[in-house]
Amino acid sequence: MSVDAAGLTGVIRAEPAGAVDPAALAGYAEHPPRMGFFTDTSVCIGCKACEVACKEWNAVPEDGLLLTGMSYDNTQGLGASTWRHVAFIEQPGSAGEPGATGRGDAGDLRWLMSSDVCKHCTEAACLDVCPTGALIRTEFGTVVVQEDVCNGCGYCVSACPYGVIDKRRDDGRAWKCTLCYDRLGSGLEPACAKACPTDSIQFGPVDELRERAALRVTELHNAGTPQARLYGADPADGIGGAGAFFLLLDEPETYGLPPDPVVTTRDLPRIWRHVGLAAAMLAAGGVAACFGGRA
Amino acid sequence: MVPKAEFTSYYGRPVVKEPVWQAPEVPGYLFLGGLAGASSVLAAGAQVRACPDLARGAKVGAVAAISLSAAALIADLGRPERFLNMLRVFKPTSPMSVGSWLLAAYGPAAGAAAMSAVTGILPAAGTAATAAAAALGCGVSTYTAALICDTAVPAWHNGYREMPYLFAGSAASAAGGLGLLAAPCAQAGPARRLAVLGAAAEITSAQLLTRRIGMTAEPYRTGTAGLMFHASEVATACALGVAFIGRRHRAATALAGATLLAASATTRLAIFGAGRVSARDPKYTIVPQRERRTQRSAAQADVHSARQ
Repeated sequence: MSVDAAGLTGVIRAEPAGAVDPAALAGYAEHPPRMGFFTDTSVCIGCKACEVACKEWNAVPEDGLLLTGMSYDNTQGLGASTWRHVAFIEQPGSAGEPGATGRGDAGDLRWLMSSDVCKHCTEAACLDVCPTGALIRTEFGTVVVQEDVCNGCGYCVSACPYGVIDKRRDDGRAWKCTLCYDRLGSGLEPACAKACPTDSIQFGPVDELRERAALRVTELHNAGTPQARLYGADPADGIGGAGAFFLLLDEPETYGLPPDPVVTTRDLPRIWRHVGLAAAMLAAGGVAACFGGRA
Repeated sequence: MVPKAEFTSYYGRPVVKEPVWQAPEVPGYLFLGGLAGASSVLAAGAQVRACPDLARGAKVGAVAAISLSAAALIADLGRPERFLNMLRVFKPTSPMSVGSWLLAAYGPAAGAAAMSAVTGILPAAGTAATAAAAALGCGVSTYTAALICDTAVPAWHNGYREMPYLFAGSAASAAGGLGLLAAPCAQAGPARRLAVLGAAAEITSAQLLTRRIGMTAEPYRTGTAGLMFHASEVATACALGVAFIGRRHRAATALAGATLLAASATTRLAIFGAGRVSARDPKYTIVPQRERRTQRSAAQADVHSARQ
């Protein structure tokens, strides 16, 4: 039996964490810098090379061949066998906007494209609730499922505020993006970042990516795109900031992302207090029932 | 008529994943676990109060319920043969981990208590086991509330302030019902009173929950889950009436007991169903989060302007 260091020391807290080092919290004394993704959706061309590269490298099985009618998105969403998902949103728009078709006529549209992925949260609900310890924090600060430990309880699936991780039906275990943990160990970049032709998916140390992203947002604002915003880059947000964050050109919910995700573990201390009180009341109720009248 | 909430979504697709837990296994595990824990509490009190038939019935009921509960939980795993991996770690951040260890301690205690009561051997050890099972049983009946509330499922998470009391009440009501079935009328008093207290806690918590959580209470009020939720409350109240009016009649008491059990199981099924509905429809995730974000921005703007 082992006691999970992160579970006891750093993860149960009611207040936002600030810019913490998740690998250090997890018990790594020395570790490389935290690695992650900055996905700049303003330059995504919707080629889906990221989806293909991810499936090829990780031998992810096929999970449905459907024509959905959701613009060019036939993948539908992240899941146990989809670890990169390109979203397509067609909106009435005007010429000159990033993503605009530029036809300049009444039928002009703005076409948003975004490659969604596991956020590798600083405060990862999936990791917190995993009862077998299958989900772990790696030395790179990423979140990974150990498939030889997972017994498919499915708790992580309900805990993820982004709806990323899922249970593979035939296999029984939970699967998700590993941030190509096997490639990182050899000094390579993840398959999706390598395949992306426009560098929409940028891979590197998270600190560096956050600086780059802030500059890019300013650049877009100055160029007349006020809707550009970062999503998941703020360490003071509801998940402590994401290892994989985004530059979006519209509200998060337009892309299928939650507007204000908060890791469920933030409320866990209060939940346990209520459980303790309820347990005490059950005991008291038992006493009252047995001693509060005739037998 | 409340106006339709304005929000966009990605082609109406869910934001969070619907729970992969299956009915009837997981709601069954919730119901049976609650029943077992509260039965152990009743058994301990009944033993002290010299109601041996009630005590024995509650102990046997507890071990039977917890065995079925564990079987249901294991059956729902994607890799059932790996169920012991639950005991690899102890993680307070995971209610399922805490619960696994609770069950690992409670199961043998409940088993020993029942064995001693049925066979009559080792009465002192049996008493100790009964006390241990009662203490652990309070945790067994309530940790499952933490389990479902510690998720991103809107209807469950948002109700975390009431759910533990709802589960405790539902468990007590079920245990009272089992006691009414198992014990002769002369010894059924404690079971009846526990059922009343449990039902009161359950119904009060349910009302508070659905009134407090705003739009995410909709799945508890509408659709199949809403119907079941309401029906189980009504059935519980009726069963209590029958239990008291017919307290000298074996048949009426047994009918009330069976109804209380069925109502408690229905409550868990309803809560389970409501959770699935709330995860499936993106509005229950998006609209409350948008409101929260707007309120936070407004509050920050107030602070900012107050400083200037």
